[in-house]
Amino acid sequence: MDKYLEMIRIRFLMMLAYRTNYYTGILIYSINIGAYYFLWSAIYGEKDAIEGMSVIQMSTYVAVAWMARAFYFNNIDREMAAEIKEGKVAVELIRPYNYLGMKTMQGLGEGVFRLFFFSVPGMVIVSFIFPLQFSADLTTWLFFAVSILLSFFINTQINLLTGITTFFLFNNTGLIRAKRVVIDLFSGLLIPISFFPNWAQDILKYLPFQGISYVPSMIFTNSFSNNEAIQAIILQGVWVIILVIPIQILWVIAKKQLIIQGG
Amino acid sequence: MKDAITVRNLKKEFKAYSSRSGLKGAFRDLLTRNYKIVPAVNDISFNVKQGEMVGYIGENGAGKSTTIKMLTGILTPTSGGVIVNGMNPHRDREKFVSTIGVVFGQRSQLWWDIAVQESFRLLKKVYKVSDEQYESHMAHVIKTLDIEPLLDKPVRKLSLGQRMRCELAAALIHNPPLLFLDEPTIGLDVLVKLRIREFLKEINKKYNTTILLTTHDLTDIEALCERVVMLDDGKVIYDGALKSLKEKWGEGKEIEFQFLEEVELADLNKITASSEVKWEKDEKKAIFTAVVEDDDELISLLIAKVVAALKIKDINIKETSTEEIIRNIYDRGIS
Repeated sequence: MDKYLEMIRIRFLMMLAYRTNYYTGILIYSINIGAYYFLWSAIYGEKDAIEGMSVIQMSTYVAVAWMARAFYFNNIDREMAAEIKEGKVAVELIRPYNYLGMKTMQGLGEGVFRLFFFSVPGMVIVSFIFPLQFSADLTTWLFFAVSILLSFFINTQINLLTGITTFFLFNNTGLIRAKRVVIDLFSGLLIPISFFPNWAQDILKYLPFQGISYVPSMIFTNSFSNNEAIQAIILQGVWVIILVIPIQILWVIAKKQLIIQGG
Repeated sequence: MKDAITVRNLKKEFKAYSSRSGLKGAFRDLLTRNYKIVPAVNDISFNVKQGEMVGYIGENGAGKSTTIKMLTGILTPTSGGVIVNGMNPHRDREKFVSTIGVVFGQRSQLWWDIAVQESFRLLKKVYKVSDEQYESHMAHVIKTLDIEPLLDKPVRKLSLGQRMRCELAAALIHNPPLLFLDEPTIGLDVLVKLRIREFLKEINKKYNTTILLTTHDLTDIEALCERVVMLDDGKVIYDGALKSLKEKWGEGKEIEFQFLEEVELADLNKITASSEVKWEKDEKKAIFTAVVEDDDELISLLIAKVVAALKIKDINIKETSTEEIIRNIYDRGIS
């Protein structure tokens, strides 16, 4: 376990090595939140509520969704693709650790770093500018914490899956980009899932994506009742377990037919 | 003594895809692709004893790196058996790799953006090295390789020679009984090379570390290894002492003469007509080389004859260099 914690620390150091990325990140997220805030207030116009959400709930939803994204989002799929393409994966395989586990920990290190040095300060800044509503209820915060941890795992597992496909496709830049758009849309980051047409909502129920962004944001804005929240978190957990299976299968196959590129 | 590495009938085949030519070919490639099975390593067997330093040589593409990758558990063999440190490298990978150290000359295993000592610290945790072990062992390694002043610099700011020394230290953090070095001296200057060689000799002596070394720099092999395994086209073509390789394929000795006066090849041939000598002339430097069998009698007789007949500026007796022998073998094959 020690080595995994150490990896989180190393990731912290790496994030600190590139400070400019970090500052521009805050700026980009603030702009995004601002843009969505004005878009939604225009859509709401005079209306008090759409689909059971008030305009303040909506802007909180948007802000939280983006800030949660800072935590669960990572580029380990792109990193894996690069490592496999350049043959660096050989070096990873001569170390006594689980490659995928280590990648997950790197993602977590990145996520924790962004959560504390990026999401929290960002949220403070945003709350000065836009009217947001924070829950005072401790259980909501607790549910939220569990929920974003699970969304991190679901998103990371999907990233691992995408990353492993590089072993078979050798170049999957397109796939990685498509995956990112699909996740942003179907996870409810851009539009809450309850705004989707009913048939689409029915389909999305059977996909893991809403566990990434929609669930934690709905919990945070108190748009879920406690019961609904618990159910949603259990569903997230189920997805985390289900996604382990394809990852393990693909990983075993990938290792068997691994080719180290470039000598 | 125990065998560190046992390789039995090891084979690795790759699918090599070939693209069809032209636009039409490219479209056909979308549907079906041509490929053929290429053996990179073809039925090789050898053993390495604990504490041996073995040079693993061969031309580019002979299958050296592929073998190393199978021995380190990165690649799965197509068939055949590999036992390293008493384990199957690929099956017991996570347990196995903590008993080996690997240096890939062409790839860095340190983290690019962070200071060297941070990489060391992580590796120390990864290999579960205790503080005392680390202190006593690494203090020595760091001193011998002279990397103390580099420890707080990020890897991207190091020169190649500095980086390679750090890589070597990183591979030794857990003091492994077996060390794989894949072209560790590629692109390094003479001083760094010498230092690395000295260091390798030292740890071999001190800890009885087994070292398997691939390189294209044969002076590395000469300095370090008593035994070489030579690979060509995926097959072992020679496995034995470096010395007997020289004796077997070395083509006698070369004696270089420089004369004070103008000399023609014909003159020399006339002088030494009674013994079996082949004369060669280097036009530019006016050096004449006599290639003779490695026989002391013959050599002194030859020199006596030449000295008696001509005035001499310089004489030089040379053994055929390993490099030349190896080049000849690559060129002509082993037969």
